[in-house]
Amino acid sequence: MSSNNSKAYVSMKSVGHRYDPLPDAPMAVQNIDLDIHRHEFVAVVGPSGCGKSTLLRMVSGLLIPSHGEVSVFNLPVTEPRDDVGIVFQKANLLPWLTVQQNILFPLKHKYGNYSKKDEQRADELLKMVGLEQFSNKMPDQLSGGMQQRLGIARALLLNPDILLMDEPFSALDALTREQMGFELLKIWEAAPKTVLFITHSISEAVLLSDRILVMSERPGTVLDLIEVDIPRPRTSDTINEARFTQLTNLIRGHIYEPQA
Amino acid sequence: MNPKPKSWLKQQCYRFASVIFFICFIVIWELICRLAEVPNYILPSPSSIVSAFFSVEFSRWMTHLGATLRVALIGFALSILIAIPLAICMVRSELLSRTLYPVLVVIQSTPVVAVAPLIIVILGTDDPSRILITCLITFFPIVVSATTGMLETPEEMIELSKSLRAPQYRETWQIRIPYAIPHIFTGLRVSITLAIIGAVVAEFVAAEEGLGYFIQFSTSYFKIPQAFAGLFFLAGISLLLFKSIHWIQAWLFPWSLPKKSKY
Repeated sequence: MSSNNSKAYVSMKSVGHRYDPLPDAPMAVQNIDLDIHRHEFVAVVGPSGCGKSTLLRMVSGLLIPSHGEVSVFNLPVTEPRDDVGIVFQKANLLPWLTVQQNILFPLKHKYGNYSKKDEQRADELLKMVGLEQFSNKMPDQLSGGMQQRLGIARALLLNPDILLMDEPFSALDALTREQMGFELLKIWEAAPKTVLFITHSISEAVLLSDRILVMSERPGTVLDLIEVDIPRPRTSDTINEARFTQLTNLIRGHIYEPQA
Repeated sequence: MNPKPKSWLKQQCYRFASVIFFICFIVIWELICRLAEVPNYILPSPSSIVSAFFSVEFSRWMTHLGATLRVALIGFALSILIAIPLAICMVRSELLSRTLYPVLVVIQSTPVVAVAPLIIVILGTDDPSRILITCLITFFPIVVSATTGMLETPEEMIELSKSLRAPQYRETWQIRIPYAIPHIFTGLRVSITLAIIGAVVAEFVAAEEGLGYFIQFSTSYFKIPQAFAGLFFLAGISLLLFKSIHWIQAWLFPWSLPKKSKY
């Protein structure tokens, strides 16, 4: 599924960013070159503060890089795009809206209203993430895992072609986290999207993605770009495969001894 | 690791702590007045205050209460109508907030009691000046709480709005204001008690009716038990208004209350 489609969909060319405009201020990220193919699942791993989230914000158009260029389908990204859905770190739900209103929020917020058809689509999405019985509940009545499933469903509402996920499972406990990973794979396999998945869990990255971008500490640069050649569909047995252990060790080595 | 269940008596003690304290306080007060034979014009006993309360006709109480509530509630409502839009403008424009904030602080730190006579001179002795006095004292907590709440909106919620390229008024209306609701209600709770204070201060300066006027007039005729009766009535009304803000919040915005409401 990975590189059989050679056309670059999301493309970063020597991208870098410094938040402080002073010329000798430190760079948050530096010299990132990455081409993501259509419907490819790319994970980004690296130590805390290496600029993973900065990278995601630059792809989303929320942040314009001070160096280099990000483009989607050869068009430079200068503002947030309609075909991008973002899943935030903590589910980022609005506590004053019901589950159904939360999932429909992107439409309500962008256009001011939504139609009966949109409501049907919302119901389908809720069903897909197993929350159809909770549509009238408030977000704080849901468990952490359910909240994040709702966060994912909301990001899918406008049927984006690109899904950006900023450490989406980091607030969850280990068991829920593993489950959510498999659920995400199911969703992605049913409706393929180009995914950029930020995480600091190495095994999560190996389990989910086609390729993994390993980043160094600040200023964040590319340490390695690793092809995950474990066949899909991946299940809980994947973790026991020799290749899985090999890859996680490889990445762990990169992160702990970057200068070696 | 559940704490040991409390005994029935202890549970009731916790539940009615403030009521029990209040009753004890009244009983001790009554005893001191009777045993030490304190004259009524220095410290009236609770029983004499109660009889003074009932010696005043009900319709007179209602007239005074009506006058005070009218000023307090109109002033309070006006404050909300001014403070919330002002807070929105100040959140959206840094220039405006830099310009106005010092002015607001100056208004807030000027004692209203000192300004009240001047306002009466300028605007006359009718309701408008009393309402203005109430406004001056009530609107600051609302502006501050609304501004704080809107500025504290988590960056990720704002990013959600930005990623959708929604118009800014919807960011304000659908994200910042709802997020600020719990803050705003904290401000409203502070403000509603200040509204009563404002109305009473205004009545002290110039009025022909109202509970503040009633208290002042009773004292000047040495009807001290009657003044105390007015005072307690006023305190009760204040408490009721404070509570109703909480009820309104629970009714309109149940999600905005902390999970286990303490008061």
